[in-house]
Amino acid sequence: MLPTPSQTVGPFYGYALPFPQGGQIAPAGIALTGIAPAGPDARAITIHGHVHDGAGEPVPDALLEIWQPAPDGSRTGAPGSLRRDQTTGGYAGRDGVTFTGFGRVATDPDGSYAFQTLSPGGVPYLSVCVFARGLLHHLFTRIYLPLPGVDWESDPLLAGLDPDRRRTLIAEPVAERVYRFDVHLQGDKETVFLDFR
Amino acid sequence: MPLTQQDISREIAERSRAYTEAGQIQHHPARDYVPYRSSLLRHPKQPLVTVQDPEAVELSGPVFGRTDVTELDPDLTGQHPGEPLGERITVTGRVLDRDGRPVRGQLVEVWQANASGRYAHQRDRHPAPLDPNFTGIGRCLTDDEGGYRFTTIKPGAYPWRNHGNAWRPAHIHFSLFGNAFAQRLVTQMYFPGDPLFAYDPILQSVTDPAARNRLVAAYEHDLSVPEWSLGYRWDIVLDGPAATWIEEGH
Ligand SMILES: [Fe+3]
Repeated sequence: MLPTPSQTVGPFYGYALPFPQGGQIAPAGIALTGIAPAGPDARAITIHGHVHDGAGEPVPDALLEIWQPAPDGSRTGAPGSLRRDQTTGGYAGRDGVTFTGFGRVATDPDGSYAFQTLSPGGVPYLSVCVFARGLLHHLFTRIYLPLPGVDWESDPLLAGLDPDRRRTLIAEPVAERVYRFDVHLQGDKETVFLDFR
Repeated sequence: MPLTQQDISREIAERSRAYTEAGQIQHHPARDYVPYRSSLLRHPKQPLVTVQDPEAVELSGPVFGRTDVTELDPDLTGQHPGEPLGERITVTGRVLDRDGRPVRGQLVEVWQANASGRYAHQRDRHPAPLDPNFTGIGRCLTDDEGGYRFTTIKPGAYPWRNHGNAWRPAHIHFSLFGNAFAQRLVTQMYFPGDPLFAYDPILQSVTDPAARNRLVAAYEHDLSVPEWSLGYRWDIVLDGPAATWIEEGH
């Protein structure tokens, strides 16, 4: 069957798509108590950065979605990212114990975003989908984490990229368990965007 | 000098002609579509890098369940004490993959302007009235046949600042998840016979006429409820890597 075409998310998704704790992919209970669900390290990591346009200006109306395996490597995900309150009909927030693997964050007026998660199991990357006014079709990219023991040459995507382009996909450690990852939609530092076939 | 509709319409016609001459079917809009001015600085100039990896994380995707929606969420007319103004409508259809199989139990999110063409968003400065009984957000999970259904009101057309006298045809924004993250789709549903279609660079960014038609819902009289609402049907087919629609899914 022929696909339904994409259209831009536009400027006014802000009251429909973002939700409280959208960037809190790491279940608060697990992260705070340090109980490893199965992975080597269950402490939360923070990833933050800016989204820039081709003039280097911040993009204040971008939406980033994150999808990733659980720390144990499972990729089944789990419901509960947008958990609702049965009394008020509003958002109840995540339950604090379930790892759903899914996050959604909008950029601030200065183009910045941040989220907390747990390191993915089995792969060194998080999958990212970028939406914005002006983008008629979303863009996929990946945030690679420079975790101990990771060899970029063994990754099928990174191995095929020249070093300048590859660098755009690798998060930069800026503090203990904190990484920076900027998205450049266009320009000299343009992020590598992906097409899945 | 500000751009006029004539300028934009000329650019739309140029892109349409170039598309026909190239003779290659494109189901999706190009990311760099000049008539839509916001795309100029926001599209990558490097080609996308193709990933053909059966182990890619993007071949799996997020799941949602009954904790993520409430029973009132699919009814955009029932979220406030009073009835919203406007023409009450039902919008229903199925979410399918490219193999025609239903996408079951997945999240469908919608948002839209009210009957006057105004969003309940602080940055929407269109001087049309807000409706205290209409926010314009809905969500539901698809059923076992991939079906979804919303009750809402028909949104109004609204002006925007792409060029002089720019108006968007009435539309409902849709966000869809498939069984894989690589099937993700955000799009817009339009209403049949809207006189603004030809003038709108966002709809015309889909340069293939048949693909553009797939963004337009069908009025279906049997879906209309006597003394109550008008019915529209719109089926959605999610694109994505072959692996997500050739293998038996879940
Ligand atoms: Fe809109």
